[in-house]
Amino acid sequence: MASSPAIHCRDLTLSYRRHPAVHHLTGTFAPGSFTAVVGPNGAGKSTLLKGIVGLVRPDGGSIEVTGARRSDIAYLPQQAALDRGFPMRVLDLAAMGLWRRTGPFRRIGAALLREVEAALDAVGLSGFEERMVGSLSGGQFQRALFARLLLQDARLILLDEPFAAIDGRTADALLGLVGRWHREGRTIIAVLHDFNAVRQHIPKTLLIARDPIAWGPTSEVLTEANIARSRGLDEAFDSDAELCERPAA
Amino acid sequence: MTTFNLLVAPFLEFGFMRRALIGCLALSLSGAPIGVFLVLRRMSLMGDVMSHAILPGAAIGFLLSGFSLFAMTLGGVVAGLAVALAAGFISRTTPLKEDASFASFYLVSLGLGVLIVSLKGSNVDLLHVLFGNVLALDDAAIYLIASIATVTFLAFAFVYRLLVAECFDPGFLRSVGGAGGAVHFLFLVLVVLNLVGGFNALGTLMVVGLIILPAASSRFWSESIGGQIIASALIAVVSSYVGLVVSYHVAVPTSPAIILTAGAIHALSLLVGRHGSFLRQMLRAQHLRG
Ligand SMILES: Nc1ncnc2c1ncn2[C@@H]1O[C@H](COP(=O)(O)OP(=O)(O)O)[C@@H](O)[C@H]1O
Ligand SMILES: [Mg+2]
Repeated sequence: MASSPAIHCRDLTLSYRRHPAVHHLTGTFAPGSFTAVVGPNGAGKSTLLKGIVGLVRPDGGSIEVTGARRSDIAYLPQQAALDRGFPMRVLDLAAMGLWRRTGPFRRIGAALLREVEAALDAVGLSGFEERMVGSLSGGQFQRALFARLLLQDARLILLDEPFAAIDGRTADALLGLVGRWHREGRTIIAVLHDFNAVRQHIPKTLLIARDPIAWGPTSEVLTEANIARSRGLDEAFDSDAELCERPAA
Repeated sequence: MTTFNLLVAPFLEFGFMRRALIGCLALSLSGAPIGVFLVLRRMSLMGDVMSHAILPGAAIGFLLSGFSLFAMTLGGVVAGLAVALAAGFISRTTPLKEDASFASFYLVSLGLGVLIVSLKGSNVDLLHVLFGNVLALDDAAIYLIASIATVTFLAFAFVYRLLVAECFDPGFLRSVGGAGGAVHFLFLVLVVLNLVGGFNALGTLMVVGLIILPAASSRFWSESIGGQIIASALIAVVSSYVGLVVSYHVAVPTSPAIILTAGAIHALSLLVGRHGSFLRQMLRAQHLRG
């Protein structure tokens, strides 16, 4: 695979109505790296991913994606606000992942169809092809979205709590898939809550609680001291907060 | 009275009945995909709103040149698009949701339209604009409706996958670089065109019925989008035909007869349709093994 994408954050602040959700973050998601983003609720993890895909604009500092065009990025939002009652087959949902190859017009031929079936099989949904998405359970729906992601064949993959509604066995299987992507040289960022899984499977970790707490090799980041520090996050925005005077790095 | 006399003779005997039938059939077919996607996008009421929004435009056309098909059509299209764009713009730039800003436009449009028509015309003219006159469709009006149907079919064939994606997961479409905004706008243009085409026949108040009622009923007959479009077209065609026949024999106004037929089919679908109807919920079949 050509050079893998990287993401450079320079003194990055992302905020909602001037209240920072990600505060003065500096660092690089290296090409081909596999990073877990962990931290308490409201720590700014989702906001960081939204910043990377451009859904939230930096309020200060900058964020730069190198080595990937917009269409090379696959993003699985935390709660995809999708209409689950939409009259669409599981097969069609997964097949959306072929978009870069088929575009809006080209036919999905037999070869591509087999790829879609293989992707559904990989997430444990074979036999569900003709089912309507509305009839899936939360975890099954999430797996169908994963199959779509699989087909997108993206070089930068952002996953926001991908395993939240998924049982342990399936989560392990999907994590295995993500690990394979990593070995193929893709750059991956995943927001996760299961510290054990992160310690076992994910080489790099960013621990964040609005302000970055630690960023580096997982074993050095996920220490008792750092985790305790991240728990001190005061979730509520301070409505009387004063201007942040920290000088740009 | 024989079945032939009842069901076929009116159309053989009278040119205006044939033209009415052709106009309604074309409207039914092209309204089907429009209606299904309006329902899917939870925009059914907005169809209603837009149909009112075209009223002042058509009324200005009427004010300037009387019952000129061209002037009223042009006025309607311009006004409809202006309102669709303005409402979209306001919902994106202010906290007002799209439906609320649509609603305010609609109320103003209706008032304005009625006022303008009554400036020049009589109450009869007003009734014509509001409720249409399907039995007076001339060739030009038929050609207009047929052209709009053709454009609608071609456009849907072209953007179908985009539209489905934009409808189901706009975030995904944006992420793969699809032109979500353009697709949404094209869809609004098609809605306005169909409303304007239909308004000559059925009037601004009734045309939405032939688009939305069959689409809302189709959900009870098919689970797939394609199936819903077909079901919706069939229901609209049947409603048009039955409405025309009934209004011919019983001497009631045509567009309400068509809409009420569509309404009756809707009620029937709710009660006994194949998917999710009351009947289906009551029938409890023996469950399977796995
Ligand atoms: N759309 C929004 N408008 C205002 N505040 C928001 C919005 N989205 C998130 N926030 C706030 O930003 C902070 C970070 O949120 P988020 O990034 O979703 O946290 P998490 O780490 O749990 O994913 C939270 O305090 C949250 O309340
Ligand atoms: Mg989150």
